[in-house]
Amino acid sequence: MVHELSGGGAAGSAFGAVREPKRSFTGSESIRGTTRSLTVAALMKNANRSLMAAGLIVGTIAVGGAPSLASEAGGANAQTAADVTTAVSGGLMEILLFYFVAAATAVSALGVCISRNIVRMATWLFMALGSVSMLYFMLAANFLGAIQLIVYSGGTLVLLIFGVMLTSKSPWVKFECGTGEMAAAGVVCGALFGCLCSLLTRAVWGGTQQVVAGPELSAIGERLLTVYVVPFEVAGVLLMIVMVGAAHLARQEE
Amino acid sequence: MAPAWLALKLAQLVVGVFDGPIRWTTVATFHLFAPIVRRFPGPILIGATIGACLLVWAHALLFSYVDARVLAAAGAKGLSAATPFSHESPSTWGLTPSMIAAALTGAPGASWSGALGYLLWPLQFGIVRDLVGLGALMGLFNLIPMYTIWWERKVAGRIQSRLGPMRVGGWHGWSQSAADGIKLLLKEDLIPADADAILFRLAPYLAIIPSALAFVALPFGNNYVFRELDVALVFTLGVLGIEVVGVILAGWASNNKWSVYGAMREACQMVSYEIPMGMTLLVPVVAVGSLNLAEVVADQSGGWFSWLAFRNPFTFVAFVCYFVASLASCKRAPFDLPEAESELVAGFHTEYSGIRWSFFFFAEYAAMFVVCGLAVILFLGGWNSPLPSSWAEPVSTAFGDGVLGRLMAQGVNGLLIAGPIWFIVKCVFFLYVQIWLRWTLPRIRIDQVLYACVQVMLPLTMLLLLGNTLWVWASTSESGAWATFALVTCWVMGTIGAIFALAFPAIAAYGFYHRRRLVGNLAVDALPGS
Repeated sequence: MVHELSGGGAAGSAFGAVREPKRSFTGSESIRGTTRSLTVAALMKNANRSLMAAGLIVGTIAVGGAPSLASEAGGANAQTAADVTTAVSGGLMEILLFYFVAAATAVSALGVCISRNIVRMATWLFMALGSVSMLYFMLAANFLGAIQLIVYSGGTLVLLIFGVMLTSKSPWVKFECGTGEMAAAGVVCGALFGCLCSLLTRAVWGGTQQVVAGPELSAIGERLLTVYVVPFEVAGVLLMIVMVGAAHLARQEE
Repeated sequence: MAPAWLALKLAQLVVGVFDGPIRWTTVATFHLFAPIVRRFPGPILIGATIGACLLVWAHALLFSYVDARVLAAAGAKGLSAATPFSHESPSTWGLTPSMIAAALTGAPGASWSGALGYLLWPLQFGIVRDLVGLGALMGLFNLIPMYTIWWERKVAGRIQSRLGPMRVGGWHGWSQSAADGIKLLLKEDLIPADADAILFRLAPYLAIIPSALAFVALPFGNNYVFRELDVALVFTLGVLGIEVVGVILAGWASNNKWSVYGAMREACQMVSYEIPMGMTLLVPVVAVGSLNLAEVVADQSGGWFSWLAFRNPFTFVAFVCYFVASLASCKRAPFDLPEAESELVAGFHTEYSGIRWSFFFFAEYAAMFVVCGLAVILFLGGWNSPLPSSWAEPVSTAFGDGVLGRLMAQGVNGLLIAGPIWFIVKCVFFLYVQIWLRWTLPRIRIDQVLYACVQVMLPLTMLLLLGNTLWVWASTSESGAWATFALVTCWVMGTIGAIFALAFPAIAAYGFYHRRRLVGNLAVDALPGS
């Protein structure tokens, strides 16, 4: 008996395919042999998976190590030829990492636009915001990166929850947008693109930019409570009003 | 037939050639080592633990030796010594082995200086040191969940008057988790037909990677940290917070009623308890005035009574609040609603099997260690022992100025005053408390969870933050009366803490002494020491 495989690659029907164990029983094969081959297959698949996880973790940690690499690559310590070589190689690694993370950001942002499922959109958005925080870390803006991680990635979390709450009744609801909405979005995007292009053409790309260490954390805190105390407090009050309003709206009528 | 399937068959064919020898080797190894392990399990376990500690220590000593020697070589070469050669500077000094060997002449091992030059040469590259650090991190990240799970099963057994794992490995089932790991690797991998396959596959990685990332900035001791960030606390909180994304996605992508319920409970719990958790962590930060974890620990180096939990009443209560909130953020009992077995089958991981399932557990147990580590660093002195650091032996004079004398002084200081071993011991104690609570307390309802957070803990933590800030502000005054009051308060809090700390082993000893009154014969006969 040949068990028909359910086909459907990962790219095709994303949630249609049953991932059955891929069996092909033939008469001559003994049960023991089948069990063993199944076992070997399962072992290989799972071992592959744990290797993949290990690789992902190591890669992410390596990217996390980039900021010190970046700060080291600056010209301040370059006193000998050897040091200059190091700085260049550190710079090369940094550039490669930058392209990788930037590509991840762009692809995730594109994914937000393309996918039709709200939970998938939120997942793509989560990845885009996470990549942006990684960019901050690479620029040695540690505080900004950590805050991005907490505020934006944490905020996407709430979005995810809403997605789950909205779609848990009818799981695969699709979002379609009308022509008017498409046109409005196109106008906004086009305007933004034009602005960015004009900015890019006018920007001065002055040779090799040196990476400067981010400002002292205590300096940021001091500024927030002295020079910028009014905007800081206004933003706090605004958030407070939003919270009270949301709580009022969410209250059940009595 | 799909090409992937053919490739799999081909790979099986290749593996099949080695299948027999591999099996024979495995069986022979087992027959060789099983009797030894069975006969001397305790010494092997204790020896492995001590060996691992010594290995870490030797590694740290080697690095400091390289620092000193290579720096000398760099100085001889005319390089500036302004940038210390440390773990945080991943650049290289561009030294050749002969230069290092030249710097080593006159050192104790000078006769081998040529070979040592070649041995030490790779350690000048940042990437080599990073790889060593990564290896240590990954090893720890794997070992902590494995042994915490085994320990949890043993503690659960003892609390319920049964034995727990006893067979695998011979001595109290010490290799049960390794056997479970092999089982999970071999398990059939199922994805439900109606699941969102991509997100279903993605979710375990989104759970495990943040909890591994949390170890990046977690310091185990002075300089025992992979990357010393000035925002280490914010970073660790951030990555612990995004771990829950994996849980929510897992629950939703499974397309299973129970999974979604579990995920939504986890989401509610996480989003609400993150606020009291972050605010209680602000209390020690305000008291010290730094977000850098090493600086927070350095501020508590004056012995037991200078630990932040005992500094004033607000920090003491903040520590308790933080511990409760961290239980909720790790979904530990009494907050284990996301995986409530009696209500939700298994909660968000109902549909998972095999290694994907185990990823969630790796994430959970590693996150448990990290939140305990944060509690220890921020409230309980980090890697400082209860003895004040001013009692430390002076390194150069205590046992003579020779290499051996210095090593002895460093070892004594590391064991008695401040060292990673203290950090790990404290963390393990709080891991034990988490396990103990799980098998003692009943689960509370989701509305009680949210009530406790929003209406009890949130106002309380705000009061704590305010009170602590006022206390710090008052401490800046020069008033002698206030200083006396603060000192007396500190001593009172410290004494209360000491009473708690001493009551724990006393009660445990009482229970052990009267164990035959408490439990049936079955468990008692297998207890160690009975």
